[in-house]
Parts: sequence; C-alpha cells; structure tokens
Amino acid sequence: MEQFILPTLGGLLIGIASVLLLATLGRVAGISGIVWGAIAAPDRHWRWLFLIGLVAGTALMHITTGIAIPAEHTDAPLLLITLAGVLVGLGTRIGNGCTSGHGICGLGRLSVRSLVATSVFMATGVITVAVVRHLFGSIL
Amino acid sequence: MRAWLALLMGLVFGAGLSLSGMTSTVKVLGFLDVLGDWDPDLAFVMGGALLVSLSATPWIITWVRPLLADAFSLPATQSIDRRLITGGALFGVGWGLWGYCPGPAVASLAYGYQSTLIFCVAMVLGMWLAGKLHLITSRLND
Repeated sequence: MEQFILPTLGGLLIGIASVLLLATLGRVAGISGIVWGAIAAPDRHWRWLFLIGLVAGTALMHITTGIAIPAEHTDAPLLLITLAGVLVGLGTRIGNGCTSGHGICGLGRLSVRSLVATSVFMATGVITVAVVRHLFGSIL
Repeated sequence: MRAWLALLMGLVFGAGLSLSGMTSTVKVLGFLDVLGDWDPDLAFVMGGALLVSLSATPWIITWVRPLLADAFSLPATQSIDRRLITGGALFGVGWGLWGYCPGPAVASLAYGYQSTLIFCVAMVLGMWLAGKLHLITSRLND
C-alpha cells in the first residue's frame, strides 16, 4: 500500500501544475510541445522558464525530502539511448503530444484524439519492453 | 509576472515528476513491463494527475478567457488520423526502449547524468527531423 503514496502525491502535483497553467496562462502543459516551442516558437520566454522550473523543481524535491536520486543506467549502449531519444522526439512532434499533453491535459479535456494517442503509445511502450526484455533477453 | 508564473508551475510539475518516481527509468520500464514482472506503482501517478485534471479542466475551458492571458491556446486539431497514430506509436517505442518520456527526460537533467543529456539532445533532433520529414511528405503529396 505504502508504495502507492508517493506516486499518487507526485501525480496530484503534476495535475495541479497542469491545471494552474491552463487557468492562468491558458496553456496546455504538454512537455514535448513546450520543449519544441522553446526552440522554435515566437513566444519562447515562458517556455524556457517552465523548463528551468522543471529541472529546479526536481533538484529541490530531492534536496528537501532526501529521497534518493534514481541511479543512471550505465550499461546500455549509446546507440540505444540516441535511438530512443530520436524516436521520442519524432513521435511526439508527429503525434502532437506526449504523456503529459495527451495523457493528462488531453484526457482531462475529454479529448477522444488524446485518448487514442495515449492508448497507442501505452500499447507500443508495453510491446517494446516485452520484445526487448523477453524476446531479446535483458540488455537493459 | 506571467512568465514567472510559468517558472512556478514548472517547479511544481518537476517536483511532482521526481516525487512520483517518473524520473527513474528502472521504475518506468517496470511499469511498462505489463507482460513480464509488472510494477504497477506508476499507474497511481496517472491516477493522481487525472483526478485533478478531470475535475478542473472541463470547467476551466468554459471560461471566456484564462485569468492572466487574452485567450486559451488549445490544440485546434480534432481529427484522428494517420499522423496521430504513427506519432503515438513511434513515441511509445522510444519510451519503452529507454524509459524516458519528454517531461521526466528534461527533469532528470537535474541529476547531471551524461546519458540524460544525450537523450534530450537526441529528442530535440528527432523533433527537428519530424519537421523535415513533414516538409518532404507534403511536397510528395503536391
């Protein structure tokens, strides 16, 4: 039971931040969109500040609570990390959103489009882990 | 003042991501390992976030305008098309390969790991590539 408390609290904070961003600035807290917008959109200022907050919020959380920093995977090949990153960037821009934009903000708006997107990326995520871990053996 | 609010929301969002366990690639891959040794904990992150989002968002978007901006900037596209499915599918594969989706990837830059930085650079490269591909496919369709 206990292991559900921190994920739930964290989820509530994520939800609160998303809802407040929408209520105040009228913006969707979709991180993939904010990342690309920070580079390519005309209105970059708030996006960079949000992303800086994301990093600083993570640092502050670990400093104040003393919760251990997750260990780095050092045994995975560089090519795999790069491929994963490129696919995440490519996919979120083609599909217009990620776990936050479609999964939290979109579903919160009762968007059918976001429900479809979320179902698709959850499904291919599950399939990918199954294939990598159980078909090819553990390389992670 | 408005932009500084974005910093505050980022802080809360980042604190939530790291508190929840989403910045741990081991945890995320365990959550996606539904067909193996499934770790269900992270379902509660989505649960907590959706609880807030589902209860407030439908009401907020009925407002004439947001509190501190002239208008809501909501996605205009409604269609469920090939782009949405293809994009979602590719994103899921990348997520399942390494365990980072965009939010936790950026948030994890706080840990100073080289692999996180490489992932984020590759992610931006992928986003840039998506624009180029779109340019090519739209040219082919002309």
